Amino acid sequence: MAITTSPTTMRNSPLQKRGPFVARVEKIAGQKLLACYQCGKCSAGCPMAAHMDVLPNQIIRLAQLGMQERLMASSAIWTCVSCLTCNSRCPKGIRIAEIIEALRGMAIGLRRRDDHLDIRDISLETRGVLPPIALISAMRKQTS
Amino acid sequence: MAGESKPMKLMYYPGCTLKNHARNFDVSTVSSMAELDVEVEEMARWNCCGTVHALASDDIMHRVAPVTNLLRVKEANASEFMTSCAMCYNTLKRANIDVRKRASALESINKFMYLDKIKYEGDVDVLHLLEYLRDRIGFDKLAAKVKKPLAGLRVACYYGCLLVRPKEVAFDDAENPTVMENLVVALGGTPVPFAQKTECCGAYHTVGNPEIIADRTDKIMGSAHEEQADLVVVSCPLCAFNLDFRQADAKRLNPEFHHLPVLYFTQLMALAFGCDESALRFDLHHIDPLPVLAARGLMGPA
Repeated sequence: MAITTSPTTMRNSPLQKRGPFVARVEKIAGQKLLACYQCGKCSAGCPMAAHMDVLPNQIIRLAQLGMQERLMASSAIWTCVSCLTCNSRCPKGIRIAEIIEALRGMAIGLRRRDDHLDIRDISLETRGVLPPIALISAMRKQTS
Repeated sequence: MAGESKPMKLMYYPGCTLKNHARNFDVSTVSSMAELDVEVEEMARWNCCGTVHALASDDIMHRVAPVTNLLRVKEANASEFMTSCAMCYNTLKRANIDVRKRASALESINKFMYLDKIKYEGDVDVLHLLEYLRDRIGFDKLAAKVKKPLAGLRVACYYGCLLVRPKEVAFDDAENPTVMENLVVALGGTPVPFAQKTECCGAYHTVGNPEIIADRTDKIMGSAHEEQADLVVVSCPLCAFNLDFRQADAKRLNPEFHHLPVLYFTQLMALAFGCDESALRFDLHHIDPLPVLAARGLMGPA
């Protein structure tokens, strides 16, 4: 097998070479994706990890690699409730919740699928029981 | 600061849920503060705090709601205000920090609010009631006002996310906060160790994925029960709803689940200060607090 010695690695390649998707995530989130060295501390502390199909550190890895389709199809980006445990424990100071929110915004913004929450699916009885703080935050986080 | 004898005035932002499902939090806040000689004055005009802080780096639109409230405080010639709701506190404080740092965003918001005579210039401080009690009143002074010490009452203090994260808004340690424990001690109660005190309750998943909340409630309340807590105290109406109302779901998930009442920290204050029972509004609770309080001799038999 021929060994290629490209001077360009993922770490030093310009953003545009990693695709507009990566650049867009970094811009919306205001974070550097490549700062993550995959220690897994975010996933270890995540209270929602048990309910996720892709763990927080894996979300970052997929984002680093520009795997847009995989991320947009994941349920995990909707499972994160921005409790910020990951942000507060990340040894590199990466705000993982901001990255996940950028992905949610892109999923809604790209109109790749409808809003994640449809209030019509919630029974009238349940709607009457839920406090406004629950309904407003759910609509704010899961609809366009 | 105001003199010792004259009641101090404190501007108060209740938020939507304290006027609806969490009226027990609202009335116990106002009543217990009156016992501390603080006249809590609800803002004449207030709107939604925004509920959740938008995380996009260039967000402006979602800052309009919280900043409007800050402007209303300034209009009333106040330089600070208090809220007891952890979610309102978090959203209002983060918006304040953000617009203080981003002059261009603040300028856009002020332009949007062109009908208002004055501009917001980052000149209002957001306080949480717990922070006010600790730093302005002091737990020593607070303890002197206790008429009915919560003797023997074992309390697990639940902070959730919004009082301790992110660190810019936190007024206590992110991993092991103690402000509520110190309050409980001042009220004569016994705080218990509580491993799950800053673990998220699942928040708004209670709307679309209540099974996630059942799992969180089982873990969090189970941890309090393991420490032989009589009850759990909170500062967030969404945590209160999830940990109280979703106990039926937790019981279905785990038949070993043990029901525990969930109270606001202000209700414990109202109880210890001997406020009228109308300040407690235990009728709004899913799990009735009366039996455990009666067992500790703090209320009449249920």
